[in-house]
Amino acid sequence: LLYWAQQMERTSVPPIHNVAICGGTHGNELTGVYIVREMQKQKMEKAGSVSVTTVETNPRAVAAGRRYTEMDLNRCFTDVLLSSPITESTPYEVRRAQELNAQLGPKGSAEAVDLLIDLHNTTSNMGLCLILLVIDSLYYTKIIENNLSSVPVRAIQLDIPSSKAYSLESVGKHGFAIEVGPQPNGVLRADIFNVVKEALDLTLQWLQKFSSGHSFEGGTVEAYTFVKSVDYPRDSAGKATAVIHQNLQDNDFKLLRSGDPIFQTFSGDILKYEGEDLYPFFVNECAYYEKKIAFHLAQRKTYSFPPISVKND
Amino acid sequence: NNNNTARFDAARRVAIFGGTHGNEMSGVTLVNLWMQNSAEIQRKGLEIKPFITNPKAVEKCVRYVDTDLNRAFTQENLSATGGDELPYEVQRAQEINRMFGPKGSAEAYDVIFDLHNTTSNMGCTLILESSKDAFNLQMMNYIKKAFAPASCLVLLNEHPLLKYSTSRSVAKHPVGMEVGPQPQGVLRSNIFEAMRVILKHALDFISLFNEGMEFPPCTVEVFRVLERMDYPRDANGNIIAMVHPNLQDCDWEPLNPGDPMFQTFDGKTIHYQGSSTVYPTFINEAAYYEKQQAFVTTRRETLAASAISKTTK
Repeated sequence: LLYWAQQMERTSVPPIHNVAICGGTHGNELTGVYIVREMQKQKMEKAGSVSVTTVETNPRAVAAGRRYTEMDLNRCFTDVLLSSPITESTPYEVRRAQELNAQLGPKGSAEAVDLLIDLHNTTSNMGLCLILLVIDSLYYTKIIENNLSSVPVRAIQLDIPSSKAYSLESVGKHGFAIEVGPQPNGVLRADIFNVVKEALDLTLQWLQKFSSGHSFEGGTVEAYTFVKSVDYPRDSAGKATAVIHQNLQDNDFKLLRSGDPIFQTFSGDILKYEGEDLYPFFVNECAYYEKKIAFHLAQRKTYSFPPISVKND
Repeated sequence: NNNNTARFDAARRVAIFGGTHGNEMSGVTLVNLWMQNSAEIQRKGLEIKPFITNPKAVEKCVRYVDTDLNRAFTQENLSATGGDELPYEVQRAQEINRMFGPKGSAEAYDVIFDLHNTTSNMGCTLILESSKDAFNLQMMNYIKKAFAPASCLVLLNEHPLLKYSTSRSVAKHPVGMEVGPQPQGVLRSNIFEAMRVILKHALDFISLFNEGMEFPPCTVEVFRVLERMDYPRDANGNIIAMVHPNLQDCDWEPLNPGDPMFQTFDGKTIHYQGSSTVYPTFINEAAYYEKQQAFVTTRRETLAASAISKTTK
């Protein structure tokens, strides 16, 4: 596959003139908040010819130490919500989404920022993941993966068509989220901060080289594609009756097979997975309890990408 | 004075508090379970009441609604007038004091176990408020031995300035149970099971004591709270550094003068400047950022407890 990737025809790709780096989209996911603040303090506005904008996207949630105040900001970027009229009862996060769309978008237009990177944390043991809406951002996975040895680096593809995309990074012409865990809500770990900073530095360095004419080899990268979610077993009142089994806890991206334990009920029974072999991720993510998700399941595929260089304007 | 046996009345009334902080899930889950089915916690001759202390905070899955319930049991709060106008947790404290106290009186509950989780890597920790309560010291000794080879450490907070008015302080013998690391809002099976087992040993101890068993003099190793260490902050109160990677997750391990303690956002190390080795704990607890605490220092001590048995009538 690698051979074919490198033999694929060199592709020229439009330049990246500007990048937005966003943090605090969920106000209790602290790495992004402090990375953005530090970049602002260092007046990090340019990386070579690439201009850099940094934004703390949900300041009210950050101040309250909550994921959101009224509604999850990272579900507010659908075409419908971005164009809905603002009234007194419009939730804060919907207003904020429209403000961000004006500042960094508008989504789908020529004025939108070329690349938008949104920084997130998870309580799940996922290492560093790039969450991609479309496969074109796979390059970034390769760059980061090649150069970061302290944590596992993976790509997750959500396969959501642009018209239905609801998250912040869909505002940029290209975008992805960097999701790093495990880190509890409201906690700032230095090791995770350092790793995310390094991943961003690598990305910005690469963008500079790319913009100044360097070409890059083709290659292959593995990506996990979302298949479905699994909820906790619940009683008739809707309360969860089990906890993630210790064999699954912290084992994101370890292949799950039929017969493997996934839950342990409070009365001690073990519930087992039945279905095709798939890879679990977002195992025991705190914010997903209310979304009725105990974990997601994905297939893993290998993608190849051609050599690229910048197309001159 | 170890020569005499200290006599205590049989402990007939015991409470188990969960949800004092509404997002510390092990206690919330265990107490809810036992309120539905108390078979597991029943012991002969003993009234054991599981109780959710902060139901509004539990419902919202937050630490507290108006003010920290586990700091609210001051004499001033317990005697405050104002009814509905008082902060929610102050009203709760008064209600809990009526039900399980009054604090300091002969009618108060004999023992209250208050179940907590921490984002810090503290393992299983029992929290003592007095070095002179032989009943509690003997209980700690019993639990530690029963739980071995797994580790269960004892934290003693008797510091005149740093001690605080806890929910459990309403009882004659208050016992804090703190298990981590666990993110707020998350239920981990290993943490849940560990807390369940420690509580079982605690109830066994009380049961044996009530049946007339005499416990010979013993010694208990404790970690005595010395000092609260805050994050370095700027003039606006914002943190300017993080717990250093070398200190992160190293609860209970020696911190020597000159060891790395914090790392600034631009990568510089700040070293511990104390004059002797200390044992840090509560390292990077999410809830303590707002309480100006990155960790507490402790020193190791061995406390002696006299023999105990129940009073005979």
